[in-house]
Parts: sequence; C-alpha cells; structure tokens
Amino acid sequence: MEEQDIAVSVRNLSFFYGATQVLFDNSLDIRRNRVTAFIGPSGCGKSTHIRCYNRMFSLYKGQRATGEIIIDGANVLDPSTCELELRRRVGMIFQKPTPFPMSLFDNIAYGLRIQGIKNRSEIEARVERALRGAALWDEVRDALHKPGTALSGGQQQRLCIARAIAVEPELILMDEPCSALDPIATARVEELIEELKGRYTIVIVTHNMQQAARVSDYTAFMYMGRLVEFGATADIFTNPAKKETEDYITGRFG
Amino acid sequence: MKSLAARRAANLAVLTVSSLAALFGIVMLAWVLGDVIVRGAAAINWDFFTSLPAPPGMKGGGLANAIVGTLILTLTAALIAVPAGIMAGIYLSEFGRGALFAAAVRWLADILVSAPSIVVGVFVYLVLVRPMGNFSGLAGAVSLAILMLPVVIRTTEEMLSLVGRELREAALALGSSYPRMMFAVILRAARNGLVTGVMLAVARVAGETAPLLFTSLNSPYWMSGINEPMASLTVTLFNYAMSPYDDWHSLAWGAALLITVSVLTVTVFTRMVLGIRAGRRQANG
Ligand SMILES: Nc1ncnc2c1ncn2[C@@H]1O[C@H](COP(=O)(O)OP(=O)(O)O)[C@@H](O)[C@H]1O
Ligand SMILES: [Mg+2]
Repeated sequence: MEEQDIAVSVRNLSFFYGATQVLFDNSLDIRRNRVTAFIGPSGCGKSTHIRCYNRMFSLYKGQRATGEIIIDGANVLDPSTCELELRRRVGMIFQKPTPFPMSLFDNIAYGLRIQGIKNRSEIEARVERALRGAALWDEVRDALHKPGTALSGGQQQRLCIARAIAVEPELILMDEPCSALDPIATARVEELIEELKGRYTIVIVTHNMQQAARVSDYTAFMYMGRLVEFGATADIFTNPAKKETEDYITGRFG
Repeated sequence: MKSLAARRAANLAVLTVSSLAALFGIVMLAWVLGDVIVRGAAAINWDFFTSLPAPPGMKGGGLANAIVGTLILTLTAALIAVPAGIMAGIYLSEFGRGALFAAAVRWLADILVSAPSIVVGVFVYLVLVRPMGNFSGLAGAVSLAILMLPVVIRTTEEMLSLVGRELREAALALGSSYPRMMFAVILRAARNGLVTGVMLAVARVAGETAPLLFTSLNSPYWMSGINEPMASLTVTLFNYAMSPYDDWHSLAWGAALLITVSVLTVTVFTRMVLGIRAGRRQANG
C-alpha cells in the first residue's frame, strides 16, 4: 500500500476503562476512500476501537488509550492534537439517529456555523449539497423548516449522515448505523454508503455480516479486544486465515 | 384462604374508606376554592385593578399597586434565580458527577426546598434589610429568588440528565465545543422541562407572604423604586384580613382570588402548551 492511500494508521492501540483493558495492541491501516468494516461478537471492542479515532472517549473520566493513531501525519492520541479540530475532520454516525432539536436546515447548518461560516447563501448551498449527497433532498426539500425529529427513523439517520458530510470530513465513522432501522431504511443507508465511498473514507462497525460483505472493501475481525484478522472483504469472507474468523463467519459463535 | 364473602366485604370496606378519603380531600378543596371565588368575585371591579388603596375606614379603593408590586417582585426574583439556577443545574449535571462539592450543593438545594419560607425572610432581613437600613422591593425579590433557586437547580439538573449522552456525543462529534453543545443543543432539547421547572418555581413563590413581611414589607403608594418598601398582593391580603374594616376584608378576598387564579393559570397553561407540543412531536416522531 502506498503511503498516501492510507487515511488512518493505527499502531498498538490499547484501551482501558479504568483499570480494565479492553483493547490489546490493535494495529491496522485504513485505506483512503474505501469502506472498512469492523465485525466481531458483541463486546469485543469494535465501538471502543473506532471511538478512539475521534477521541470521543476523552469525554469520560477514567477512559484511556495508548498507542498511536496517525491521521494526516499527526497522532490523534497525542494530547497536543486539538480535539475540536480533529472532530471536524472525523465525522461520526451513531447507532440511534441523533437529530438535534431544531429544524432540518439548522441541523445541517450547525456544523457549518461551528466552522465559522456565516454567509447565508453559502450555508444554504452547502445544506442542499449535503442533503443531496445523503439522498434526502427530494424527500425534504419543502420541509427544511420542520424539526429534525419529525422525520422517520431512516430519514433521521440519513439526516445525520448529511450533517456529517456537510462539513466535508476526511473520515466518517459509523457505529452500527442501521441497527435501529427497518430493512428498507437499512437498504437505503447501505446504498448511500455505496455512493459516498470513493469520496470519503468510511469505517463502519456492524454486527451484521451480510452488511459487512455487501458494503465494505476491507474487513477487520475483532475478538476479545484483539484484531484477529484484517484484509480485503472478499478474502475474509471466502478464505479466512484464522480459525476464529471462520467460526464467527460461519455462525459458530457470536 | 378466606371465603369469597369475606373477601368481598373487605374489598367493599377498603373501597368505601378510600373513596371517602378522596371525597374529603375534594370537598375541602372545592370549599376553599368556592369560598374564594364567591367572596373574591364580589370585590373585583375596575377600581380593584386601577386604584390605590383607600385610607383606613374609607370606602372603595383598589390594589393596583399591590398587583404591580407582586409582578415586579416575582419577575425580579425570576431574573435572579433562573440564570443562576440553570447555571448551577448545568454544573451539577455536566461536571458534578462524583464531585464532593456537587454533592454538597445538591444536599443544600434539597434542604432549601423544604426550608420554611419565613426563615428565608428572616435571613434576608439580616443580610440585606438591616445593613441597607430599610425594607425594599429588592430584598423581597432576593428572598423569593432564594426560594426559587433550589427548584430551578434541581429541575435543570434532572432535565439535563434526561437528555441522552448520544445527543451530546453527536454535537461534540461535529467539532462543537462543550459550551456550544450545551447551549445550542442540550438546553434546547431540555427546553420544555426547563420551562416547566421555572413556571413551577414562579408559582411556588407568587403566593408567598412570610418572606415578604420581613423584606419588601408593604406600601400604600405606587412604587417609586426597587429600594423602597413595595406592596404585594400577599402581604396586603394578610394586612387587610387582619384589619377591622369590612371593605378591606372584601379586598383581601379579591386578592386571594387573583393570586389563586393567576397561579392556577400559570400552572395549567404551562402544562397544556408543553403537553400539546410534546404530544405533537410524538405523533410525528
Ligand atoms: N463505559 C464503559 N465502562 C466500562 N466498560 C465498558 C464501557 N463500555 C464498554 N465497556 C466494555 O468494553 C468492552 C468492549 O465494548 P464495546 O467496545 O462496546 O464492544 P462492541 O462495540 O464490540 O460491542 C466490553 O467488554 C464492554 O463491557
Ligand atoms: Mg458497539
């Protein structure tokens, strides 16, 4: 892999909740403008792992990460890295849709205003672009003043994706973005991920293996806080190198 | 196992006793309300809202200055207590988890909620009225603010902790600073709860008399400044009810009616408006 193709370089990432270690020396490279899926049984550390990339864990006392996560040549875990600035470059989508208690328009404008963009017409243009990018524009173009909470669950999740891409991050983290959605809404979000890749680096956690197989180019299999196997999705699913991976994929545990 | 008849009898007995107890409560409430409405309504006329009190023993007069006074006292109290209380509530819910200082603040707030309001009045008398040398509307407002404060603090804390951590993380994940996340997203999400808390606090103090007796006292004139003694409906009600004049008794009933209706309106209106909004959101969500 060429250096510039790598969006995130993770080296010996370990994580502690207080005294309890839950990640052990995770190392991998996330390819730029590709979709990387994290799979593994519940509690294996997938969420904990990706919450290090935007340092979301630092909100909570007693949570601590060691090792290196290099994004744009700088170590995210280094205390000198500015968290606010980092999170503007690394977006995150959560399990439950999280529309803000404000209009659709303001939901998306929120991130833009944080960046200091005040020009009304620029904000309008970028809100529209983000909604188009999230395949939501046609559904909501006449309802931009309505509260974000008035949308259906699937629309809310796409609103959150629109909100994330509005600030044009380099990397988008998604933590089980479809687990609260029905199959049709899930299919739409998966289509959206398909459309976004190529322009964004996407890291998606999923406990749905079919989903990982459908949307991702690379797959990381985690088990008990360790990164067991990482490679091209096709290889992981058809020809896993490790026995644990095979057991998990064939549904023998997890 | 007891026989069916015995259980039926026990059931009937308990049902009767509890119904009677409920009836007793309702009857008492209806009696009080009915009395206030009937006697109060007789006192309410144009003069009641627009005229100053008549000199003792004279006919007529109204409580215009007391109405204005109560509004000013309550609003000033809210202006002091709401920002301070919301800030303290934010501290408790956001930064005070497990902190000793926060536990102390919480404990004191809970004690203050149940503190007799007359104690607060005496306290403000000692720290404000005595040093300043006179009774004043400001001192009255401060004592009401002290009574509002714990209610606002505790509801704010509770309402903010009801907003899930997901919403906080979502705002921070966009690169929002903590204060911006709090003010632009979390406070807004908790808005209905916060407004209810403030309204309940206002309703709580609007009917207070004891703390005002020691602080804003009373006045038969229009207020000339917040540093002067200030009339209020409740203190006027108290004084008039104690007076030997029939006309003043009638005005006292009018004041009682006005206070009751105002507090009831605030409470019911808050519930209704917020209830409808919450309902609509759920219907769409
Ligand atoms: N806030 C927390 N405090 C303590 N332990 C936690 C916390 N969150 C998660 N854990 C533990 O860390 C491990 C990894 O959790 P998580 O990253 O959520 O797994 P996954 O996302 O793969 O289901 C689990 O054993 C879980 O119990
Ligand atoms: Mg998880």
